Amino acid sequence: MSRRGRAPRSQAAVDTRAAWLFISPWVIGFLLFTLYPLIYTGYLSFTDYDVINDPNFVGTQNYRDLVSDDKVMLALRNTFVFTVMSVPTKIVLSLLLALLLNKAGRSAGFFRTAFFLPKMTPPVAIGVLLLLLFNGQSGLINEVLGWFGINGPAWTTDPLWVKPGLVMMSLWTVGASVIILLAALRNVPQELYDAARVDGAGWWRQTMHITIPMCSGALFFLLIVDTIAGFQSFTEAYTAYFGSGNSTYSNDAALFYAIYLFQQAFQFLHMGYASALAMLLFLIIMIVTAVQVRLSRTFVYYESERA
Amino acid sequence: MQRRLPMYFSVLTASALLLAGCAKGTGDSDQPDASFDPKASLSGDLTVMGFGADDEIGSVRLDEAKKALGSKVKVKLIEGDLDIQQFLNSVASGQPPEVVYADRTQIGTFASRGAIIPLDDCIDGEGIDTSVFRKPALDQVTFDGKVYGVPEFNVVQITQANSSLLGKAGLTLEDVNGSDWDAVAAADKKLMKESGGKLTVIGYDSKMPEFLPLWAKANGADLISADGKTAQLDDPKVIEALKFAVGIYDAQGGFSKVKAYRDSADFFGGGNQFASSTLGAMPMEQWYVNVLNDVSPQAPVAFDTFRDKQGEPLAFASGSAWGIPKGSKNPEAACRFAKTMTMTSSWVKAAEARVKKRGSEGGMFTGVLTGNTEADEKIRAMVKPSGDAKWDQAVEATYTANDHTFSLPANPAGEEFETAWQDAVNRVLNGQQSPEEAMAQAQKEGQKALDEAWAEWEK
Repeated sequence: MSRRGRAPRSQAAVDTRAAWLFISPWVIGFLLFTLYPLIYTGYLSFTDYDVINDPNFVGTQNYRDLVSDDKVMLALRNTFVFTVMSVPTKIVLSLLLALLLNKAGRSAGFFRTAFFLPKMTPPVAIGVLLLLLFNGQSGLINEVLGWFGINGPAWTTDPLWVKPGLVMMSLWTVGASVIILLAALRNVPQELYDAARVDGAGWWRQTMHITIPMCSGALFFLLIVDTIAGFQSFTEAYTAYFGSGNSTYSNDAALFYAIYLFQQAFQFLHMGYASALAMLLFLIIMIVTAVQVRLSRTFVYYESERA
Repeated sequence: MQRRLPMYFSVLTASALLLAGCAKGTGDSDQPDASFDPKASLSGDLTVMGFGADDEIGSVRLDEAKKALGSKVKVKLIEGDLDIQQFLNSVASGQPPEVVYADRTQIGTFASRGAIIPLDDCIDGEGIDTSVFRKPALDQVTFDGKVYGVPEFNVVQITQANSSLLGKAGLTLEDVNGSDWDAVAAADKKLMKESGGKLTVIGYDSKMPEFLPLWAKANGADLISADGKTAQLDDPKVIEALKFAVGIYDAQGGFSKVKAYRDSADFFGGGNQFASSTLGAMPMEQWYVNVLNDVSPQAPVAFDTFRDKQGEPLAFASGSAWGIPKGSKNPEAACRFAKTMTMTSSWVKAAEARVKKRGSEGGMFTGVLTGNTEADEKIRAMVKPSGDAKWDQAVEATYTANDHTFSLPANPAGEEFETAWQDAVNRVLNGQQSPEEAMAQAQKEGQKALDEAWAEWEK
């Protein structure tokens, strides 16, 4: 058919094609590096696979083993507790720091960089740093507590204090959240504060009734990504309690789900079982995220959705 | 939208099945048909995974191996500790290195999964004299009656103590060498010092959790049966050993305190625990003698072997081994390489290079434990008295320990079994379980891992 003979394409079709072309690198990446591994993991979860030999189909055996594995429950409990402790702590601290930075004036640029810098620290280094800072005998944390007459706990060995130590250490990388919230704060219209001041509202009421609602979209974003990150916590705890920081000493209290999954996959070579663990984690994260999205309708305010 | 969901799931399921159908392992590739002959001229590539010729002991032997292989064999090193995942993936994809250097505890796992091949033909063909290898080392690389690795190096433990602290407390090495557990416990209390609720001197460090096999053996028990099939973690003698070793920490305020203090020490520096007189005694691997001799030659140290309850020297052997991966494209060269790296003449040349180097540095030569009895004897003869009794004592203790080693047998669930008992010890140290509860759980977990792995192997 000659070019002239073709029906003229609509602008929408041209735009759609251009859009697909522009996003195609991402789409290809997603298909190859996310969707394919996800589907293959799903397949492996029904097999007995040790990396060397061919996967051997075992039906739902891995999932049945998973239900009767005490360590799965322990790892899930540890992960949930850590996530529940760390996510709100991280968000509240990020918001406080962002509020302070918002008032910093000319020096805001310097502090923004200063807060963000720790985020550049490799997670393995953070794990090692944890052991140094939280050492019960000579660590900086107990040293500081000692100034106030507090005899600090054995953060790195007492099962009761291992997770609080990890939560505190996770605050090391709070800088990225601070930057996101600072950007949201900068977008809150000044006239809202002006109107509130005219009505006699103080700092607290302005924060609770203007700042937080207007930043709720960013707060919700942080809630989602921090919750997912909490469920997938691995490197810092692994380094400190299972890897290079402690090659033989370990602590059950730090056995996060991702660590147990790693052990099964790469130490014990139970790839099929580890795949079943991965699928369960995927399902849990999906459910929790769906619940969060559903609940967000009651507390997240999007300016673009105003009637 | 909801109506489309079933369609999406159908597409997803079809894709999954398609991909699953495409998935194909390479586990069935045939073993190479190799002919091993010490006089044969060799050629081709030889990729070595997991080995680095970082020091003269490695580089001199590597040069010897290259000479033995001849100029037609191109040797390439993939240095650094063996990355198990990288190695197994390379075998699975049919692109393994020609020879692999692994920890001896990994050999059973690799063998059971078919990642490395038995070396019977290699040993017979190249004429590797296995009688020179130390039995515990050879046992660690013998899986289900077949040798899968050529062992090298031996790591052993000896008693290392602070002579000054011992003297001040009116104690001798006999009180801390493990031969009398009551004496060790009493010495622990005498040597330990506290100030303001903090430890200032660790009396005795029983080195838990890693040294449980040593304490158990000293008490007459093994963690696993000789055939590698039965866990013996709930043996009353193992539990007794665990209670004793943990009790050493309890007497000092608990493991948390000792570990926190231990972790804050300058372990490899001039301010180490012996130089700073902050540790009474501990069983420790022999390589630490070299560290102490290098960084704190004047430290008040004293050495003896670690001893069992009958007073006999005892050490838990570990080390490395050479294996030939399944699918190795040059098994003949791999075999000769492993043979040359571990033969007596190569070790002796390497030791001579070290003697020369230590002499030029003004340091002493403390010997090399090779895993080869013949080489050990020849190298020991090269060790000259240093003029400082304590370091000569260290060498003496090391070589005596080397003659009194034991090991855990190769088994297909080595990593899981080790994790089971180490986690159990850690639960006791962390105060989460009693020794009886912890070892009962470990027995269950360890035996399950062994049963499943052996069943898989025997299929």
